[in-house]
Amino acid sequence: MTGALTLRNLTIAALVLVLALLPLYVALTGDRFMLTLFTRIVILAMAAVSLNLILGYAGLMSFGHAAYLGIGGYTVAILCFEGVTSAFVQWPAALATSALFALIVGALSLRTRGVYFIMITLAFAQMAYYLASGTARYGGDDGLSLESRSGFAGLINLSNKTTFYYVCLVLLFASIVLVWRLTNSRFGLVLQGVRSNEARMRAIGFPTFRYKLAGFVIAGTMCGLAGALIANHTDFVSPAMMFWTRSGDLIVMVVLGGMGTLFGPVFGALALLFLEQFLPAAISAVVHPFDPASAARAGEFWQIVLGPLLLVVVLFARGGIDGLLGALSDRIQRARKGGHG
Amino acid sequence: MTLFVEQCLNGLQFGLLLFLLAAGLTLVFGIMDLVNLAHGSLYMLGAYFAATFTAWTGSFVFGAVLAIAATLLVGMAVEVIAMRRLYGRDHLDHVLGTFGLILFFDELVRLIWGPGGRSLAVPSWLNHSVAILPGIEYPAYRLAIIVVTLAVAAFLYVLVMRTRIGMLIRAGASNREMVGALGVNIKLLYTLIFGLGAALAGLAGLMQAPILTVQIGMGENILILAFVITVIGGIGSIRGAFVAALLVGFIDTMGRSFFPQLLGDLLGRQAASTAAPALSSMLIYILMAAILVVKPQGLFPAGSR
Repeated sequence: MTGALTLRNLTIAALVLVLALLPLYVALTGDRFMLTLFTRIVILAMAAVSLNLILGYAGLMSFGHAAYLGIGGYTVAILCFEGVTSAFVQWPAALATSALFALIVGALSLRTRGVYFIMITLAFAQMAYYLASGTARYGGDDGLSLESRSGFAGLINLSNKTTFYYVCLVLLFASIVLVWRLTNSRFGLVLQGVRSNEARMRAIGFPTFRYKLAGFVIAGTMCGLAGALIANHTDFVSPAMMFWTRSGDLIVMVVLGGMGTLFGPVFGALALLFLEQFLPAAISAVVHPFDPASAARAGEFWQIVLGPLLLVVVLFARGGIDGLLGALSDRIQRARKGGHG
Repeated sequence: MTLFVEQCLNGLQFGLLLFLLAAGLTLVFGIMDLVNLAHGSLYMLGAYFAATFTAWTGSFVFGAVLAIAATLLVGMAVEVIAMRRLYGRDHLDHVLGTFGLILFFDELVRLIWGPGGRSLAVPSWLNHSVAILPGIEYPAYRLAIIVVTLAVAAFLYVLVMRTRIGMLIRAGASNREMVGALGVNIKLLYTLIFGLGAALAGLAGLMQAPILTVQIGMGENILILAFVITVIGGIGSIRGAFVAALLVGFIDTMGRSFFPQLLGDLLGRQAASTAAPALSSMLIYILMAAILVVKPQGLFPAGSR
């Protein structure tokens, strides 16, 4: 990634600007719904950024990443239920429990590889899912509501939606910076080496297991923080947030945006949630001229478009959105060079 | 004692049913090296087809035959349209692409059959109990499932081990380029294998339909169990899938019915009533994690890949 004024870099700059100025737009138009939607996008983008660290950079295909969202969220909700509302206790506890879970899961599952790794991470996430649905004290299948949001001893009021949005946004940027620093460090280069050729990395003398485990724990901890945010965002946690299809959604975000790229997961989260939000209306609009009567109903079936769309992305656009932007920038650059020369 | 025998048979029945699903998955994985998450969707389609066709024809058997044929065709169509393009790609692509197919099929079913569930009645000639041992009665329908699945397992064994097609399947699993080079139409073979797996999943779905409700998403929970089985058994091994399916069927059924009581005796009623429901659902996953930690390639590692 260079500092040049390419289309890709301009798009990223525009994205950052839009995210930063969104509350201003909301204040001007009074469109509170956009604020809720974007808070959700920002939090899930953070989860996707964390998954990207192991999936995109280290090539570890974890199919249980939603478990950390649930564990972070449940830690906050359970502490709140038991009367501890201070964020200074809740959030470190959420980080610690998800780090511990990632350490155990990683230590056991990193012994396997390929499909076995996919399945064992999935199995651990299912365990967390069933644990949450089985504990009657904390709501079981029905989930658990939060009486109040995490308190910062009067310093920050998370109940204010704009404040909460900025807290999430700052944490998202912090995690992107962390991933950027990590991937350009010796540690991150070893992880990327593992993705390309683990046997060679071992032969050079790197204890790859330890590097992978460290990456796995960092990613899990980051996602746990996103979980703590999501519990505060919806004031509610339930086992459904750990169901395996949620893990699938996170993978979709990473791949849709562009694996192993810094801002790819943010694009992916934005794209997926926008599709989820606006595809129904788009389908209705397309169906309307042909069959006005069933147009409204047709919108309900938006996943019938989303499913094949994913397949098409997998088949024809491996680099995701970031890859498309990169290819476009290259083409523009070449055209410009050709014009001058 | 009655309860114990009954639960043993339930475990056997559930395990055999899971084997039908796992056999298709493990065949497709072993031969095409393809992770197919959409396998559960074919199971769901089998159940919906059976509900519709039984209502049309008025006969469970005709409905079942038509449903199997329909799932076979859907499976082959999916292979030709989508799966064929995924062979030889990264597992991540398989997971993502077939995840898209799940969304598609769930929504398609909702579009065609509506959001409400369907129910399929147990055929009247199987809707009674049979005395299997003096004093122990067991539903005839569940016995029929056991018989049918055992017959299918035997058929699969003969098909794979004793016929020319089976020889090609095994050859394709160990070296697909070579089989293609020797003049076998490998594309057609793959389509057939995928269709076979789909038909098995459809059969499992339609047999399960009278016991559970037919609903959207019914394939998603059982798919994970089927994957657990293929992984425990060793991916690509039908024998492994059979053993693991029975193991999982027994442990799941027994765990749900006897584990809470066992835990109650060990920990006292209070602790058991809170921990048991969660723990008995987790048993299978704990088993799988334990097996993979000891044997990272599953119980019966297939070949050497």
